[in-house]
Amino acid sequence: MFDDFFIRALFAGIGVALVTGPLGCFVVWRRLSYFGDTLSHSALLGVTIAYSFELNIAVSVFLVSSIIALFLIQLQKKTNLPGDALLGLLAHSSLAIGLVVIGFLTFIRFDIMGLLFGDILAVTVNDLIIIWVGGALILLVLKLIWKPLFASTVNYELAEAEGLNPDRAKAIFTILMAAIIAISIKMVGLLLITGMLIIPAAMARNISDNPQKMVLFSVIGGLLSVIIGLFSSLEFNTASGPSIITASLVLFILSLLKIKQSIQLKN
Amino acid sequence: MGTEKNILVKLENAGYSQNNKWLVRGVSLEVEKGKIVTLIGPNGSGKSTTAKIALGIYKKIEGNVEKHTKKVGYVPQKVSIDWTLPLRVSDFMVLTESLKDDAIDEALSLTGVGHLKNKNLGNLSGGEFQRVLLARAISKKPELLVLDEPVQGVDFTGEIALYELIKKISDELNCGILLISHDLHTVMSATDHVVCLNGHVCCSGSPIDVAKNIEYKALFGEQASQILSVYEHKHDHVHSHEGEIKKN
Repeated sequence: MFDDFFIRALFAGIGVALVTGPLGCFVVWRRLSYFGDTLSHSALLGVTIAYSFELNIAVSVFLVSSIIALFLIQLQKKTNLPGDALLGLLAHSSLAIGLVVIGFLTFIRFDIMGLLFGDILAVTVNDLIIIWVGGALILLVLKLIWKPLFASTVNYELAEAEGLNPDRAKAIFTILMAAIIAISIKMVGLLLITGMLIIPAAMARNISDNPQKMVLFSVIGGLLSVIIGLFSSLEFNTASGPSIITASLVLFILSLLKIKQSIQLKN
Repeated sequence: MGTEKNILVKLENAGYSQNNKWLVRGVSLEVEKGKIVTLIGPNGSGKSTTAKIALGIYKKIEGNVEKHTKKVGYVPQKVSIDWTLPLRVSDFMVLTESLKDDAIDEALSLTGVGHLKNKNLGNLSGGEFQRVLLARAISKKPELLVLDEPVQGVDFTGEIALYELIKKISDELNCGILLISHDLHTVMSATDHVVCLNGHVCCSGSPIDVAKNIEYKALFGEQASQILSVYEHKHDHVHSHEGEIKKN
């Protein structure tokens, strides 16, 4: 069944969408889209390290992104620079270092476009296992920290005062972000991972009145985007990442029609 | 004394500074089971800061805090819900503790907002939202309630009813309450212990003692003091605008 590259890509995409759905909601709620960008840009460095030392790409990306995330938290404590400046600093310097390192790796044939925008031909059975096992672990951990993470997203001080330990939940969530980037890099490509996180969630916000619904619609939106995107990628021979993101944008635009309706109803 | 085990939270000489400025310093107080302790003081006197020290929200503090309970209900002074997060009243009620539907209904109707259960939090008025905040805090049947101006924006009759409710809750649940309030009438009638803050503890004691206190009078004016007392004596110090204390 998994002999066919397209079936592999489809299952990989579905696995990714199941995880980006709920995670993406938190990215939107907590205003972390630029943070997601920073982590995914740093993923290039992770990939080059994987090639240099013949490591598994997902593992290497996960480690590098986690280190960058922890480094960011330290920087935030030590300097007075605003958060977005620090994010920009880390995003672009880690991307630059990644590209410089690629320059040195002349002995390896590099598909840089595939890295940046995703390549469905590149998904192996091994990748499928990493996506599904890794994805299941991410969802399990997210479920465990859901209450403190959600409560502190609504109001940090309430969560802290009522004993939910929001700082720990936030740190764990940061690691989950690094993990989702690591497992989805082959499918979506590192430049577009944040789009996969926020566009279905933003679409879901337009048609939801409570958090559970938003998570559900975000997952459904992600799944539809992956399926439509991959089929059109196959049909028109386009890169998988951009195709998936374009599909999710179409869904987002459709969801705007619904919100327009409800605003008119109110007036 | 034998009352040690009834103490829910105890501050000893506690203080908190931000950007090299002390928001409040040298605060000692304790909240016992079944007692209402009220913090009063002008704007910027460190009332909310003191509450946050007691709750453990501020960690890098001077002095000591001992909290002897984990069942805490908190009504913060300000909560803003972002549009990006769709949240109904019923979702908000179970934010920090899972509750049965009956318990949600009961708490909401106690504060008079049972009909708002399925409304979106963002569409509530200020007073309605305040009632929901209070309902959420009491619904988990806490041992310690910290209420930071819980009736702000609530209409006049509602205000009285909510203060009565707070008093009732304190009796029924036998929980300790740390209350921040601007309403001196209420403070003086329903409170067991008053702490008057102005960057430090100006005075504290039973409502009557505090009303008689000269520093209280200096802060709130003659009229405030006449709510309970016409007691008078000489000022021994005044507060400058910078918050310094000058001896007369």
